[in-house]
Amino acid sequence: MAKVLMKGNEAMALAAIKGGCDAFFGYPITPQNEIPEYLSYHMVNEGRVFVQAESEVAAINMVYGAAGAGARVLTSSSSPGIALKQEGISYLAGSELPCVIISVMRGGPGLGGIQPSQGDYNQITRGGGNGDYHLLAFAPESLQETVDIVKQAFDLADYYRNPVIIAVDGLIGQMMEPVDIDKEVPKMKLDPKNWAAEGKSGERGSRNTIVSLHLDPYDLEKHNLKLKKKYDEMIQKEQRYEMINMENAEVAIVAYGTVARIARSAIETLKEEGINVGILRPLSIWPFPRKAFNELPESVHSLLTVEMSLGQMNQDVHLADKCRHNIEFYGRAGGVVPEPQEIVDAVKKIVRGRN
Amino acid sequence: MKTQTVYKPTEGLVKRDLTYCPGCTHGIIHKLVAEVLEEKGLLDTTVGVASVGCSVMSYEFFNCDMQQAAHGRAPAVATGIKRVRPEATVFTYQGDGDLASIGMAEIVHAAHRSENMTVIFVNNAIYGMTGGQMAPTTLIDQKTTTSPMGRKQKDTGLPLRMSELLATVPGATYLERVSVHDPKHVRKAKKAIEKAFDVQTNKQGFSMVEFVSTCPVNWGINPTDSIKWAVDHLIPYYPLGVYKDATKEDTNES
Ligand SMILES: Cc1ncc(C[n+]2csc(CCOP(=O)(O)OP(=O)(O)O)c2C)c(N)n1
Ligand code: SF4
Repeated sequence: MAKVLMKGNEAMALAAIKGGCDAFFGYPITPQNEIPEYLSYHMVNEGRVFVQAESEVAAINMVYGAAGAGARVLTSSSSPGIALKQEGISYLAGSELPCVIISVMRGGPGLGGIQPSQGDYNQITRGGGNGDYHLLAFAPESLQETVDIVKQAFDLADYYRNPVIIAVDGLIGQMMEPVDIDKEVPKMKLDPKNWAAEGKSGERGSRNTIVSLHLDPYDLEKHNLKLKKKYDEMIQKEQRYEMINMENAEVAIVAYGTVARIARSAIETLKEEGINVGILRPLSIWPFPRKAFNELPESVHSLLTVEMSLGQMNQDVHLADKCRHNIEFYGRAGGVVPEPQEIVDAVKKIVRGRN
Repeated sequence: MKTQTVYKPTEGLVKRDLTYCPGCTHGIIHKLVAEVLEEKGLLDTTVGVASVGCSVMSYEFFNCDMQQAAHGRAPAVATGIKRVRPEATVFTYQGDGDLASIGMAEIVHAAHRSENMTVIFVNNAIYGMTGGQMAPTTLIDQKTTTSPMGRKQKDTGLPLRMSELLATVPGATYLERVSVHDPKHVRKAKKAIEKAFDVQTNKQGFSMVEFVSTCPVNWGINPTDSIKWAVDHLIPYYPLGVYKDATKEDTNES
C-alpha cells in the first residue's frame, strides 16, 4: 500500500489494531495521549475493547487479566506511568503472560518534563519490578520501523509468553512521517493458548491457573530456570541492530532511536570533512546487540556513545565492547535534543585527541 | 435398604485440604461460593481471581479457571478478564487488607464502572497472612501487632465500612453484608451469593457480598470464642443486611 502521512502516536495505535490487538487498557499521560485517544474511537468501532483505567496500576493489572484470559493486549504510557506499571510487569513476566507495552519516554526523574528523552533506558532494560525477569525491548528510529515492530510485537509476545516493550522518545510519538501501515512483517508460527484461564475449564476438561506464586524455593528456582531458558533464546534470536557506513570507519557512534537519526546527518557532515564515521544502531535494547561489537572493523579505534540521557546505554556498550576500544560519551538530558553539530564536534574531539 | 445421598462435598472445590487455620471462616465461605457456582452450573465457565492474603491459595481450591492477582489489584484483573471474555462468570475473592487498604482505588472504580463481576469480600478486621497487623477495618481498641495498645481513632481513624462506602458509588448494583456465625446465617449468606451471581448472569453490573469473618489465630481467641467475638463486636459495627439493590431500577445500558 502507499505511504500515508501519520503522527507517530496514531501510527503506533493503528499498527496495534493491524497487529491483532484485542484490548487496550491505559491512563492519560503526555506525550502519548494520541494513542488512547485514537484507540478509544477505533477499537470500539471494530468491536474490540478499550478501557481508560483509574491509574497505570489498574491498567497494567487489567492487561494481566485480559492476557491471562488469552487476549492480545496493549497498554501505553510514558515514563512516570511506566514506573507505576512495574509491579504488574513483574507479575506478567512471572506468570508468563504476553502483552505489548509502548513507552513514549519523556525527561525525568520525578515528574520531570514532557520533552523527548532516553532517560528510561535502565527502566526499560533493567526494569523496576521485582525478581529475575526480562522484557523483550525494542527502540526503533523511524515511524516505519516503529509501526513494523509494533505489529510483530504481538507475535513475539505470544511466542515467548513474555511482555514486549517498545520504547520511543517523545519525538517519534509526536512527529509526522510517511508510513506504509500495511507493509508485510514476518509472521510467527504460534501455538494455541491452551494455558489461558478464560472460563473454559468445561470445554477443556481441566482447569487452568495463572500464577506467579511458588512458595517452595526449589519450585521457584525451577520456574526461574525455565524463564532463563526463554531469555537465553531471546539473546540468541532477537539481537537486532543496524551497522551504518561502517566500512573503513575510524569512529563508530553507538546510538538508538531519534539520536541515531541525528547521528546519520552528523556522519554526512563528517564525511565531507574527510572523517569516516559509522553508526552501530541497536534496535533491540534488551537483548542488547552484543554480537554487533564483534563485527566492528579493524579500522575503528574509538566508540562514541550518544544518548539523550547522561549515559545509561553506555554501560551496556562498555560490557559489550569488552575493553576492545576507547569509549567516549556524549549526552544531553532533560528533554534537550542534541544538534548534529554537537555530535560532529564530539567526534572531532576524539579524532583530534589521537593526532 | 435403599441409600439416599443427603450430602456430598461440592464439586466446586478441588479435593484437597484447605490451608486455613482451624476455626477460620474462610473455609465455610469457600464452600458456599463453590456450592453456588456448582448448583448454578457455572463452574465450567467461571474465572476466579485470587487476591493476596490468606486466601492467596484459593486458586488451588476453587475448581474452575483461576488467576492470581497482585495485592489489591484483583478487581482490575477481573475487569481485564471480563472485558475480553464477557460470556465468562468472573469473581474476585479478597480480604479486607487487600480490598479496603491497598486495593481501595481498584474496588471503588470497578464498582464505579459497574463492571459485571462479583466480589467476595472477607472482612476479618485484621491482616491475617502477614501475622495480624492492623487493617483499615480493625475495630477501635482492638489489639493487633501494629496497634499493641489497641487501635485509637487519633492517627488511625475509624474503621472503614466498605459496603456502606460502596453504596454511595452510583455504579454498584448489589451490595450485601452477611455472616457465617451460625447455620441460619450460613443459609442467608448462601442466598446472598446466589443473588450476587444472578446479578452478573443477568448482566446487571457490579455485585459484592461482604462476609464478617474470623481470624482466631491473630485475634488470639479460640475458634468458638472468635465466633462469639464476631457477633458481639464486629456485627454491631458492621451491621448485616442489603446495602444496595439496584436490580429493580432501570440499568443505563444502551
Ligand atoms: C505489594 C504488597 N505489599 C504487601 C504484601 C504483604 N501482604 C501479604 S498478605 C497481606 C495482608 C492481607 O490481609 P487481608 O487482605 O486482610 O487478608 P487475610 O490474610 O486477613 O485473609 C499483606 C500486607 C504483598 N504481598 N504485596
Ligand atoms: S491467619 Fe487468620 S485469616 Fe488466615 S487462615 Fe489463619 S485464621 Fe484464617
